[in-house]
Amino acid sequence: MPDAHGHFGPYGGMFVPETLMAALQELTAEYEKAKNDPAFRAELDQLLTDYVGRPTPLYFAKRWTEQLGGAKIYLKREDLLHTGAHKINNAMGQILLAQRLGKTRIIAETGAGQHGVATATVAARAGLKCVIYMGQVDMERQMLNVARMRFLGAEVVPVTAGQATLKEAVNEAMRDWVTNVRDTHYILGTAYGAHPYPMMVRDFHRVIGLEARRQILEREERLPDLLIACVGGGSNAIGLFHAFLDDKEVGMVGVEAGGEGIIPERHAARFQGGRLGVLQGAKTWLLANEDGQIQLTHSVSAGLDYAAVGPEHAYLHDQGRAEYTYATDDEALNAFQSLSKIEGIIPALESSHALAHAMKVAPQMDKDKIIIVNVSGRGDKDVAQAARFVWGETLKF
Amino acid sequence: MNRIDECFAGLRAAGKKGFVAYIAAGDPDLPTTREIVLTLARCGADVIELGVPFSDPQADGIVNQMAAERALKAGTTLPKVLAFIKELRQETQVPLVLFTYLNPVYTYGFEAFHRDAAAAGADGVLILDLPPDEAPLNDELTAGDGLKRIRLIAPTTPESRIKLITEQAEGFIYYVSREGVTGAQSSLATGISDQLQKIQAATSTPIAVGFGISTPIQASTVARMADGVVVGSAIVKLIEQHGTQSDLSDRLTAFVKPLVDAVKAV
Repeated sequence: MPDAHGHFGPYGGMFVPETLMAALQELTAEYEKAKNDPAFRAELDQLLTDYVGRPTPLYFAKRWTEQLGGAKIYLKREDLLHTGAHKINNAMGQILLAQRLGKTRIIAETGAGQHGVATATVAARAGLKCVIYMGQVDMERQMLNVARMRFLGAEVVPVTAGQATLKEAVNEAMRDWVTNVRDTHYILGTAYGAHPYPMMVRDFHRVIGLEARRQILEREERLPDLLIACVGGGSNAIGLFHAFLDDKEVGMVGVEAGGEGIIPERHAARFQGGRLGVLQGAKTWLLANEDGQIQLTHSVSAGLDYAAVGPEHAYLHDQGRAEYTYATDDEALNAFQSLSKIEGIIPALESSHALAHAMKVAPQMDKDKIIIVNVSGRGDKDVAQAARFVWGETLKF
Repeated sequence: MNRIDECFAGLRAAGKKGFVAYIAAGDPDLPTTREIVLTLARCGADVIELGVPFSDPQADGIVNQMAAERALKAGTTLPKVLAFIKELRQETQVPLVLFTYLNPVYTYGFEAFHRDAAAAGADGVLILDLPPDEAPLNDELTAGDGLKRIRLIAPTTPESRIKLITEQAEGFIYYVSREGVTGAQSSLATGISDQLQKIQAATSTPIAVGFGISTPIQASTVARMADGVVVGSAIVKLIEQHGTQSDLSDRLTAFVKPLVDAVKAV
């Protein structure tokens, strides 16, 4: 998976204007070459170790496990990576590709700002010009990351169209790419969009699951019973899930943003109340009205606040290989506080959705069962947002 | 015979070039769109492209994006546009092309859309984010005859794809004259003629050139090289500024007539 045209069963594909087809085909061809080039692989592995900080620990959350009183919970600590989230696995892979392609300018979209920071970071290291598109609303709720990107030398362009969040940032990045395609590489930040992005982004994050699988076998001498990860576009989830797909005994759950509950325009849970459609390059499940117009979405976490889900997740959903559920804003904020106080780990609000689901299911599982939760990012960026929701306070820095 | 084919056959027989106008259906509302279409037809537009609004028009620049937003705010939907065309056909036989994105069509039902649009009196369709590669790979993306499938070719399209696209092209080919999104520009992209020659070598299907054309001089330059000239954002911009005013038709005529004349003088 996918096939040569980027189809995961009926999902995925290359639904883009003709202006982008040549660039996507060039990228697909170059990625295939790079994937099979030992020198590329070696350079990426070296950088993942020395610069990004891999492997990340698989940490047994003993106190949290005891408090919840059920299955053993392990945390895959992607939050410990350089820049603070899993996003840099993909950004690093793609920038090496961009250099192979001879591109001199890098663009990206960002929601929570984690992908923007990761992209600005690898672009700084590569000495390439970098432009990040970010929704105005997201810029306000993720000020820390905006400042980080600017210190890293990136230009952060506010996007004010529509609801001014991730979807609009993707539109603007695509428009930039259409216009500057000859010298620019677009580092798309999630397992979404036109082929080859969903496949390529997955491949660059696959290391998460490969490490977790090895680590749990070393530690417990058996595979886990359940994997849990949050799903916006779905990059951290597919990164964790993919290495376990053939292990039939391992269950997997993707957790979408339930926002204020499954009410139209107040959530971002595509498998709840979504429909089949085509958006921003891919055929998948998305939130649209009966006229095919994309609906507003809401989540306390900017990174999950997106109207469509990655095509491979849609496929795994149909196959019954993974289950998809949701956690609400309140449940995520509760998990955010719980993990912080009990384990001393402040998780990203995105990851808090996965943790919230663990809090629901762990108590119902036997104590000899094992859960791995992907802590895809750290929560420093979210403290202002959490303070506003939890304490009703506006923090001033 | 389909109105588009008839139109370009007639133009070729007369040694003339075509003028294609793009507007957003429902901007500022459908009754005004009726007035605009009739005005454009009176000005001598050979084909009119009607944009069906989509919330996320990735291939469009800011002018067309804002027009789509206004149209959506006015309650414009695909079924309403089809009903609108049906009524419009009582008044004009100008060839009409629906210009849209896949999701509204997909949600309506791909096959049903083609059937209903043709029945309403539309002549062609251009779905911006549906490249010719995808339709054969998706069972539900097959449609019967009735609407001409207009295809895009870009400056970046390699020769191997030109072949693929021209083989499937119907009605006319829309050549995107520059890299980028829709929108008027003060200067035209260079290198148009090289790519046009490659397309002309591959097909006898008429070629209309668009993206960034807004003056009679630009229109005349492009008309010399192609079968037709598309002007979109510049007209949409005028509608944005004067769409709700009573002198809209006069203003449109004053802007569009010189463009048409420039094309017809070639």
